[in-house]
Amino acid sequence: MLKILKYSFYDLMRSRWSYVYFIFYLILGFVLLFLNHDLSKAVITLMNIIIVLVPLIGTIFGVMYFYNSKEFTELLLAQPIKRSTIFLGQYFGVASSLTLSLVLGLGIPFVLYGLFMSDAIWDFSLLLITGAFLTFIFTGLAFNIALSNENKIKGFGYAVLLWLFMAVIYDGLFLLSLIVFEEYPLDSFSLAATMLNPIDLSRTLILLKLDISALLGYTGAVFKKFFGTNFGLIVSIIVLVVWTWIPIWRLSYKSKRKDF
Amino acid sequence: MIKIENLHKKFGKNVVLSGVDLSIDKGGIFAVLGPNGSGKTTLIKSILGMVLPNKGTITVMDKNIHNSWQYRQEIDYLPQIANFPGNLKVKELIKMIKDLRQKPSDEEKLIALFGLEPFLDKKLSNLSGGTKQKVNLVLTFMFDSPLIILDEPTTGLDPASLIHLKEWIGKEKEKGKTILITSHIMQFVEEISDEIVYLLEGKIYFKGSIKELMVKTNQTDFEHAIVAIATHTDHA
Repeated sequence: MLKILKYSFYDLMRSRWSYVYFIFYLILGFVLLFLNHDLSKAVITLMNIIIVLVPLIGTIFGVMYFYNSKEFTELLLAQPIKRSTIFLGQYFGVASSLTLSLVLGLGIPFVLYGLFMSDAIWDFSLLLITGAFLTFIFTGLAFNIALSNENKIKGFGYAVLLWLFMAVIYDGLFLLSLIVFEEYPLDSFSLAATMLNPIDLSRTLILLKLDISALLGYTGAVFKKFFGTNFGLIVSIIVLVVWTWIPIWRLSYKSKRKDF
Repeated sequence: MIKIENLHKKFGKNVVLSGVDLSIDKGGIFAVLGPNGSGKTTLIKSILGMVLPNKGTITVMDKNIHNSWQYRQEIDYLPQIANFPGNLKVKELIKMIKDLRQKPSDEEKLIALFGLEPFLDKKLSNLSGGTKQKVNLVLTFMFDSPLIILDEPTTGLDPASLIHLKEWIGKEKEKGKTILITSHIMQFVEEISDEIVYLLEGKIYFKGSIKELMVKTNQTDFEHAIVAIATHTDHA
């Protein structure tokens, strides 16, 4: 698998888009840190950007890469290589190169800012870890969509819809149901609803760590009450791991049963 | 070498293979023929494990290939349409395939034979169809495997390269290899193949030598014999 990963990774590293993505984060990091001077505010702004943008980029890059590497995949399928190895190798290649762009792009300005001597290092690391999780989750979901849809336009459409649903519509529906059912106890409902969306979960996770009650909102408050800060962090990280594992598992399962 | 028993495959409602039984012995050139859409490529892809049959078993070198991939180490496969990652250079592609297969390879001779030296540093997306097919041939023949599967090897080749290809296939046969070919160029098939497998409507319609086919169809010309077999109905 490492060989396929290596080739996919190099392939992406040579493409212009990895650099665009990297430079975007680099500029964002510099602007927020050096023009703002308030580290916790910068982290919150970054969080708001990361939890929306990272899933979008992961989804689009995942679908695009999968369809673009169709020839490469067909070439590999006739070689003495296990099928799951081919697809998982490509998946990890894409996800890790995107993660690298994110971590380096934001990491460099923070290091230059003198982050290693500041207290915010854990908040910031958590931000990057969550970003990495979101990249792996949404790239995985995108690969699954592309594997199940031969038609590129359809696959692309479903992928963008998925992102729109998770990033925007889900919250709307969630809020709406909170208002409609406000007379009922909603603690466990909102806990479950948060866990079922990796974007919401990441937001809650970061806000729990930052310990800013004002921004936590209803769900965050329920989360904190129910789990406490530290246990809440562990639970949400475990749920993120499960979220990462599901698309990877389905990718390997489906790829074994497909005709090429 | 290859043993196929009761192979069935359908894509959706479209039945492509319906009960193929075929056994191919070691050594010699076998041509898989049949009209368009008769299931030649599906049969070949089933042997390679790229298409998963609905029913039936395939054994390659005494091993059932179901859920297995190691056996592909012994197969060199030339795909029908030469699709390669466009952003790679020819040299890089050859290096990559060598790296992935970890087998001794002999690409120098083939590159010289097909005159590919000037293209080694060019990207695959900039090559013409015929040149791509030559790269395809190099990638297939550079390893020394006992089973070679060629899906339409002549596509896009110029006459000189076609002659080189025929010679190379002949040399591989002399080494005792088993070669499976599909082609629509009857002259090419007639020249090189030892035995013919004729597929029609998802079944093996005829298997035997070209001579046997001509006797069976009462034809003196191979091309006409092939056409006759498809319209002949009393010997199914």
